[in-house]
Amino acid sequence: MRKLIDSAPARADTSALHKPSKHESAIRQVAGQARYVDDLPEPQNVAHAAVGVSQCASGVLQSVSLDAVRRSPGVIDVITVSDIPGHTDIGPVFEGDPILAGGEIKCYAQPVFAVLANTVDNARRAALLGDIKVQPSAAILTVAEALAAQSHVRPPHHMHQGDSTSTLRSCDLQVSGTLSIGAQEHMYLEGQVSLAIPEEDDRMLIYTSSQHPSEVQKLVAEVLGVGLHKVTVDMRRMGGGFGGKETQAAQWACLAAVLARRTGRAVKLRLPRSQDMQVTGKRHPFENKYQVGFDEQGVIKASEFEVNGNCGHSPDLSDAIVDRAMFHVDNGYFLGQSTVTGNRLKTNMVSHTAYRGFGGPQGMIMAEAMMDKIARRVGEDPLTIRKRNLYGEETGNTTQYGMPVEDNLLPELISQLEKTSDYWSRREAVRAFNATSPVVKKGLALTPVKFGISFTAKHLNQAGALVHIYTDGTIQVNHGGTEMGQGLHTKIAQIAAHEFGVPLDMIEVTSTRTDKVPNTSPTAASSGTDLNGKAVQNACITLKQRLAALFAEQLGLPADDACFHNGELHIQGNTIEFVSLVQQAYMERVSLSATGYYKTPKIFYDRNTGNGRPFFYFAYGAAVSEVSIDTLTGEYKVTQVDILHDVGASLNPAIDKGQIEGAFIQGMGWLTTEDMRWNEEGRIISNNMATYKIPAIGDTPTAFHVDLFNRPNAEDSIYHSKAVGEPPFMLGISVWCALKDAISSLTGYREDPQLDTPATPERVLDAVMQAQAVVL
Amino acid sequence: MIRFLLNDTSMSLSAQDANQTVLSFLREQQKLTGTKEGCAAGDCGACTVVVAELSDSEQGLHYRSINSCIALMSSLHGKQLITVEHLKQGNTLHPVQQAMVDEHGSQCGFCTPGFVMSMFALYQQQQQAPAPINRHSVDYALSGNLCRCTGYRPIIDATLAACATPQSDQFARQRSATIAALNALRDDDDTLASSGLLLPVSREQLAQCIAAHPDAPLVAGSTDLSLEITQQHRRFETLISLSQIPALKQISIDSQRLRIGAACALSDIEKPLLTHFPQLQELFERFASLPVRNQATLGGNIANASPIGDMPPVMLALNATFVADNGNHILRLPANEFFTGYRQTTLSSGYWLSAIDIPLLSEQQRLAAFKVSKRTEDDISAVCAVFNVAVDNDGIVTDVATGFGGVAATPVSATALAEAITGKSLTDAQTLQAGKAALRSAFSPIDDVRATARYRNQLAENLWHRFWLQQQTSSTIETRVNYHA
Repeated sequence: MRKLIDSAPARADTSALHKPSKHESAIRQVAGQARYVDDLPEPQNVAHAAVGVSQCASGVLQSVSLDAVRRSPGVIDVITVSDIPGHTDIGPVFEGDPILAGGEIKCYAQPVFAVLANTVDNARRAALLGDIKVQPSAAILTVAEALAAQSHVRPPHHMHQGDSTSTLRSCDLQVSGTLSIGAQEHMYLEGQVSLAIPEEDDRMLIYTSSQHPSEVQKLVAEVLGVGLHKVTVDMRRMGGGFGGKETQAAQWACLAAVLARRTGRAVKLRLPRSQDMQVTGKRHPFENKYQVGFDEQGVIKASEFEVNGNCGHSPDLSDAIVDRAMFHVDNGYFLGQSTVTGNRLKTNMVSHTAYRGFGGPQGMIMAEAMMDKIARRVGEDPLTIRKRNLYGEETGNTTQYGMPVEDNLLPELISQLEKTSDYWSRREAVRAFNATSPVVKKGLALTPVKFGISFTAKHLNQAGALVHIYTDGTIQVNHGGTEMGQGLHTKIAQIAAHEFGVPLDMIEVTSTRTDKVPNTSPTAASSGTDLNGKAVQNACITLKQRLAALFAEQLGLPADDACFHNGELHIQGNTIEFVSLVQQAYMERVSLSATGYYKTPKIFYDRNTGNGRPFFYFAYGAAVSEVSIDTLTGEYKVTQVDILHDVGASLNPAIDKGQIEGAFIQGMGWLTTEDMRWNEEGRIISNNMATYKIPAIGDTPTAFHVDLFNRPNAEDSIYHSKAVGEPPFMLGISVWCALKDAISSLTGYREDPQLDTPATPERVLDAVMQAQAVVL
Repeated sequence: MIRFLLNDTSMSLSAQDANQTVLSFLREQQKLTGTKEGCAAGDCGACTVVVAELSDSEQGLHYRSINSCIALMSSLHGKQLITVEHLKQGNTLHPVQQAMVDEHGSQCGFCTPGFVMSMFALYQQQQQAPAPINRHSVDYALSGNLCRCTGYRPIIDATLAACATPQSDQFARQRSATIAALNALRDDDDTLASSGLLLPVSREQLAQCIAAHPDAPLVAGSTDLSLEITQQHRRFETLISLSQIPALKQISIDSQRLRIGAACALSDIEKPLLTHFPQLQELFERFASLPVRNQATLGGNIANASPIGDMPPVMLALNATFVADNGNHILRLPANEFFTGYRQTTLSSGYWLSAIDIPLLSEQQRLAAFKVSKRTEDDISAVCAVFNVAVDNDGIVTDVATGFGGVAATPVSATALAEAITGKSLTDAQTLQAGKAALRSAFSPIDDVRATARYRNQLAENLWHRFWLQQQTSSTIETRVNYHA
């Protein structure tokens, strides 16, 4: 008989839920002991890969001469697309993403070949030696060029409610606007990296920094020409993802796998930062426009939007991204009779991809642009106009895609923030300051967020889990979600600890592995905890039922009111320590391992009619930002930010607050200093951290107040919490509106300045000078 | 032979590859993977390590954060290299690590070791010389560390909590042993290597090295040269390091001028420079980041002659003189004749910069230095403008010296401005307009990733406007958004 481990009884005074538990890896991270893919001990036969890329944006490959590459010191192998044993297209949803360029060059810095060498440096030096000859053709680089050429990666999509055209015609008061919205680099601090280790027969083990291990598994299998069951992907943690490792991580894993298969060696492929920035997709740049009709109160009667996403050279995820832009042009406002058109334009750029908010921010900013312009037109404070246009309770509560907005928290949330941020007296102070300050001007803005939660691709709204209880009572939890810093594993551990009524340290959440939970969805769309938390809970409940049944049978009682609490199981006044229960279950041959599963209810969307309920619920928030601008240089400073954000019943207030603060600053960066630039040849010239500036420590406002709006989710989400990854990103729009407010002061608040994004100091100075010209 | 302490292990490396960075030494050779590579260009700070060296008095240790990705092995010679792995004792985190845990300062964790090391350097400084700590000191200490997850607020709070009143830690307890170990390293006789990384210790040895390797680059802080290695994959057979020559690190002051040794790290010149030229404080603190200033030298920034370096405009506006040496002859090169073309100077072959002489300001001179960039911290100037205008007792402009960066192929002076305003009253609004008109067409800058030519010209004009406004003692007009806390 097997001897069971002696174990001290678990004691937990209270549930692990709703506590500000530290990140599960925090201690390892601060000690430098948290391992990322590049930190794993390398197999003895490891070799290093690098990628050679095209030096033009568009054309036909004439020849690829790699002799100099092969002769370069330390080179072991060189491959082109013709050396790929299986599929050569690694598009995630639609075709269009070649693993290596074949006949056509679709963008600048498109990978053409991969080289394997004995050291990282030798591989990278060899990769510079390829002689790639291309017959160039005219590149399409802008939305305007793509629209003119009718160059689309996917067909346009439309949404309508009522008849916007005739209603607009009847509106005496109208404004229209355009906005050019820049791209954004993810700038995960850990760049793209994969390690492929060939195993027996056709098997391949992949360590990768990916938000989507199941897709990496599928694509590696397809590229190698083997079944998915031959490939295992292990993903412990990423050094940041933000959407940039949803689809963009797969190519490097696939190339490493091909080289590993060919040579029998372990192969690591880690992109140098500058190449990472040139070969991976960005947040989509958009060129959008709107027209809106409203009454004297500034209340919208009809509106029309056209959002034009610059998708780059392939569909990637752009269909869903442009859809999400369309789903969010309303933000929290009733658009009246509305029409929304979304174009997905094909250009000779890297294929733009998922990024926190997934098109939502590029749609939502249009709503806020519109609010500002209406406010200036009717001479009201923009906040007044925003409040007047919020979705109603009984009427005016249907979105442009026909979904009723139920449980709208914005009126109450805004009203609360208005008071706590002291908006109106600060508004007076800003006006008074501006009246006497000719050079420095202040601006203030409150903007809300209403963000739809669920993957709009319905099938992705499912998740699986695998929970093991060991005979010492400790519990290992595995699920389909990936940890990229957002604290998913911490929340998952809290959920499992709560379900079993045991302390957090009895739970270990292990690396995400395709051989533990199969066919998973990407960790994206803010859905990580919603989906995987429910799946883990489901597995826990299965195990609890088995354990409770055992104890109930011993007691001769029904198991109905079994309660796992404080390290014990309680049934009608009888208790048993969790560890004893587990050990008895083992002896009684009760399975201590279970899978869990979850699918999101209620959601549907009909693309033919542009109507449905694509979202399980909405997450809300609002931010007040105050800025000072220098009208001589366009320099600015964000001086105070007050945020109130809805996370339902927070599973972990510290982690949720961290998501809100981090997302806000990232959103602010998107709209201010983060300036992605392409030159006329289509080459990215902001291709390193010296030329592309994400917010630094001094950019964090000295007064930065973040509060949670504590209101349990009305929908049956995991313990009535709400998703938090993406929604607060769009709180950063308040900074952009505050900059515009400061510029608008130059015209006596009569004009809404044109301020394309990112609003760099140069763009702010341009807008200042235009405003000054209006006054003259 | 490079001798240093790796944490508390004595290391002696011979036949050093000139191109090896401290980061690759740690990660690839020592398998110390706690230190991360984020950019390999000194821009993100994920690779931050701390280097301790004997203080001038040799009684204490001076702790500096540096970017290991752009530090060559020469930067370690005679010093202690401290990495993140060395902070935790058994299961006890160092106070800066514990504060990061308590304040939820890590999310993805990839930048965290770098932040921890920058915090650790501040902690050590605070321990040896306690000073009031506030948001500005935190921004100053962590200006070279980027975090993409947290928005920095919890990191700021953790730094304030840990570094305000630092307790004695294991490094304090071991200080005398560390000092002894560092002194022991120095006792060794150093003979020059024949190739690879050369470490001359005197003027004579430096001249010998240059004679033997006339094409080998001179390298001081390596913050720029390393980029050729890490970004362009260039390999140097031989590099001549200026890091071990005491004569190049002297700072002296007399009644006329401040003399700064060319190989002084920028952080070493901060105090003397800002004591005499407090108007340079903002520009100085916005020069790259603290870890870069801990490596980079004033001589390097000048000899590099980049049109977007921030120190050359200062040198032009202050009428500095550069002292050049070849081991036999010493030449004095005026700053305003030094920059001859894109990264070209009057420094002849065989010569090196040995010192920079900066004349002290008279009471008549009004000095201001402005930098405009997309981001406040650690960004390269779109335009840098330094104005040095002398006015007599009647308020009449008697002399004008300026330096501009980002507006031409070289750092330049605006002679047109001097011509336009000399002899005029500085309080006169027409002087403002005359200066603006002169600067409007003074330069022919280029469009690049940082700014358009149009914006640069506008800034040249408007920064003069700002300077003029700031000189109007009767005016209380605010001219600046807070540049920092």
